Amino acid sequence: MVQVIGNNNPNNIKNDESGVLIVVEGIDGSGKSTQIHLVDRWLNSKGYDVFFTEWNSSETVREITSKGKKKARLTPMTFSLLHSTDFADRYEKNIYPLLRAGYIVLADRYIYTALARDTVRGCDKSWVRNMYSYARKPDLTFYFRVPIETAVNRIISGRPKLKHYEAGMDLGLSKDEYESYRIFQGRIVDEYESMVDDENFIVIDGTLEIEKQQNIVRRHVLRTLKLKNPIQGHILE
Amino acid sequence: MVSTLTKKKYSADDSKGSNKIKFINHSGIKYLKDIEIHGSFIVVEGPDASGRSTQIQKITEKLEADGHAVVNAGLKRSDLISKGIIEAKRNYQVGRRTMALYYAADFADQLENKIIPALKAGFVVISDRYIYTLIARSSVRGINKNWLHQLHSFAIKPDLIFYLNVDPYNLIHRVFKKNKSLDYYESGADLGISADIFDSFIKYQYLLKKEFAIMQKKYGLIDIDGDKHIEDIYDQIQSRISEFLNLNKHNGTRV
Repeated sequence: MVQVIGNNNPNNIKNDESGVLIVVEGIDGSGKSTQIHLVDRWLNSKGYDVFFTEWNSSETVREITSKGKKKARLTPMTFSLLHSTDFADRYEKNIYPLLRAGYIVLADRYIYTALARDTVRGCDKSWVRNMYSYARKPDLTFYFRVPIETAVNRIISGRPKLKHYEAGMDLGLSKDEYESYRIFQGRIVDEYESMVDDENFIVIDGTLEIEKQQNIVRRHVLRTLKLKNPIQGHILE
Repeated sequence: MVSTLTKKKYSADDSKGSNKIKFINHSGIKYLKDIEIHGSFIVVEGPDASGRSTQIQKITEKLEADGHAVVNAGLKRSDLISKGIIEAKRNYQVGRRTMALYYAADFADQLENKIIPALKAGFVVISDRYIYTLIARSSVRGINKNWLHQLHSFAIKPDLIFYLNVDPYNLIHRVFKKNKSLDYYESGADLGISADIFDSFIKYQYLLKKEFAIMQKKYGLIDIDGDKHIEDIYDQIQSRISEFLNLNKHNGTRV
């Protein structure tokens, strides 16, 4: 039942996860975090066992990553590997065991973030792909599509200064942080768009009203839950 | 006279292509693919107490005496990440794949910030262990081999890789001479192969030996009988290094 990206399912563990993995992807300012938060609140209110996990949030790894980021001494390779370490830590500790236990796991960014960002930074795509090949394919991947200007304005308006790596300053795209940020985000969008079909992204129009987007998202979630777990799906109606 | 000199200079420039950085996987680190290497890269592999540091010290002394500038590198020496690795190990809370990636990140930091710049500048770089140890350790811990080989394929190809192959029973005596106790991880105690740490050490070292045997052909490791006397081992290593450096000198370029 479980689909594994690539062919190297680790350690011959029996694939008997009954959980559901739901992922949101999109550039900063696309509104994805708002949407997954609302899904989290909704499923929690219905009494589901839900686990929420965020990109770059492993406590063990975060400290070292942020140290390197502050010093701006990460190369595209170390940047990529540290984020991959962070992901592996969360995957081994939480995501995978919880899925096996039947949880609904909600992930704010998943391997597609790495595939998009690391490729833009100049890492070899097949190398990055291999690094994340053990990760289970999500049951649902929502991709929030917004015009770059919209997303960039949402981010910039609330912030006096962009962070070095966030703005893609390490790529030398432009001396101007905001200009660099725009170009960088644009390239990430191109990478995301190239994955839409192959990775079965459900494209959500991120310019719609928040409530409208949430309605569409919930409909998809409901359908998947019914399919994967008819008893729990029934509770939701 | 002048014209011959100029000609020579041009022909040296023409041969620059062979100085291009060589990664294990052809795609390697894409943004570094045009870098030119002027130094030589030597790796010494082998378990703890196999005599790696003694040999490296002797090689370094000899190379420096011969007028080569040497830089020493090795696993777990990057100041960016090493502390994190030590802490992660200490609290035993980190999974095996996470650990493998952690080490790979630390290695990448050293490769890009230390090894490659030194090679670019013409140093002889001697690395105390390399990706082969990382692959072997994770492989015996059940991580998919193909995944591991691909993960580490951004590493550059060493010119010479010496593997100090020591019999595990011999090795354990050397460890006791050094420390009087066995290290938890170097004994593979986390693998749970034996409740007895002595047995665990022997079994674990045999497993690693097997991994190195598999990698020998794939990566061109030079198997050195580590059970021999220090001087015999050194002579063997030294003659291979001299041979290699002379070959390069005569060819005018790196091989």
